Amino acid sequence: MNSLEVSNLQIWDRHTGRVIVPDSSFRVKQGSCLALVGESGSGKSLTCKAIMRLNKAGLSQSGDIVLDGSPLSQLSEKEMRAIRGKRLCMIMQNGMRAFDPSCVVGVPIRETLSRHFGWSRDEIAARMAEAMTSVMLRDPIGIMNRYPHELSGGMLQRIMIALAIVLEPDIVIADEPTTALDTIAQFETIEQLIRLRARTGCSMIVVSHDMAVVRRVADDMVVMKDGVIVEAGPVRKLQSDARHEYTRRLLGAKLALQQHFQAVMGGDSFVDRNRR
Amino acid sequence: MLIVTGVDQSYKEGGLWTGTRRQVLSSIGFEWKQGECLGIIGESGSGKSTLGRLLLGIERPDRGSILWEGRPITDRKARAGAISAVFQNYTSSINPFYTVEQALMEPLKLLRKNRREDNRSAIDRLLHQVGLDSSYRGRYVHELSGGEAQRVCLARAVSTEPRCIVLDEALSSLDGSVQMQILELLKSLRTVYDTGYIFITHDIQAAVYLCDRVMIMRNGRIEEIVATGDLKETQSPYTRKLLEMILA
Repeated sequence: MNSLEVSNLQIWDRHTGRVIVPDSSFRVKQGSCLALVGESGSGKSLTCKAIMRLNKAGLSQSGDIVLDGSPLSQLSEKEMRAIRGKRLCMIMQNGMRAFDPSCVVGVPIRETLSRHFGWSRDEIAARMAEAMTSVMLRDPIGIMNRYPHELSGGMLQRIMIALAIVLEPDIVIADEPTTALDTIAQFETIEQLIRLRARTGCSMIVVSHDMAVVRRVADDMVVMKDGVIVEAGPVRKLQSDARHEYTRRLLGAKLALQQHFQAVMGGDSFVDRNRR
Repeated sequence: MLIVTGVDQSYKEGGLWTGTRRQVLSSIGFEWKQGECLGIIGESGSGKSTLGRLLLGIERPDRGSILWEGRPITDRKARAGAISAVFQNYTSSINPFYTVEQALMEPLKLLRKNRREDNRSAIDRLLHQVGLDSSYRGRYVHELSGGEAQRVCLARAVSTEPRCIVLDEALSSLDGSVQMQILELLKSLRTVYDTGYIFITHDIQAAVYLCDRVMIMRNGRIEEIVATGDLKETQSPYTRKLLEMILA
């Protein structure tokens, strides 16, 4: 059972009383991938952090978040800590900011794994090395002894995915996993996410404003605008007949680019590959 | 006309006392013709941003020469008003203590071409050209959205009517629909001012949309330079790999 249900989630700023997300409800079905789409400032990242209960102190939230039938909102901070990482794992948007800049990347990895599993140093190194090799990071031990600023954004993103592979969480939340990456790193990261889901059977929430990414990984999609969910449904269905004008605009945003590209490349040989 | 010949660049690496240097660019050579739009494509770490800084004259290459109209680009007088830049990080590209008006005034003041009143009317025109209106004059950067801030940067870049604008990942941190708007804006500005662009990006689709020629970079070297129309017949295996990895 890897399902997550969010109902009547409300997020507001405690100081100004401004409501950022008024009333969100959605469901991540077992083993499926849900995409949260919308333009910047539409509350996608806040929603994800609210699920993890990681929003800043100035933000309050209410509503029910139910993981496999057990409500998370009633858990104490300590109980929540045990769930974070082990059952709900978040892959952060900005690799550079997600890791502690003052220590090598191996340190937080070791802390996380020894806390959740109580493994020894050697065991952690062995398991991480295996996972890191599987996400095409060469020289895993060397990488774990480097500082975040010595690694590229794509490498840090892959380290987080490797950590998720070792943790085998029920739900993986990936917040804009590919925005900072170039074409090749983006392609590989997306492939890794797909393989992660196939391997661990986890459910997934992917936040993105890139419709190409959404089409590739997600089964269902939730469209957010200014904190409000304007439309939800299977990606395939929304792709062909979106009811809301905003969804159509999002889907069509880069259509001109793609059409021009296809015209230049002469036919759809390059596109076919991804539509399979 | 910008002529780059045999440019090498390296940076010091690692600790305080180790003298090892990492080669970032090696034997780069190409020509940028007046009014042309040249795309520079590469993975992160391929040296494209370093090349961008060298083209702007902000840094000096270890070896080789970059000539603008026959004069070295590092000479301030040679490049004044002729080449300008738009960077990826729009929030840190504008002085946070400046209003939009002050930010746009800065390059005009430095050129000292016009009288003050002319500059004021020029600002309205510039804002209008990038799809903003005069009400933005008094605003600060933090009051703008990403797309608006990037438009201000673009307005600032075209304010001196340069012949070349270097766009270093100028669209990468914007939303899809905003990216499209800025791309269209760049296309229209090109016809108005007859400026050329050097468009540094990792988004191949955007580069193909805007550019006449693209230069593919890999590990600090030029893999190849092709006209966009000939991209589908490219022989380079690396370019083919790049093209195949585009998510559509």
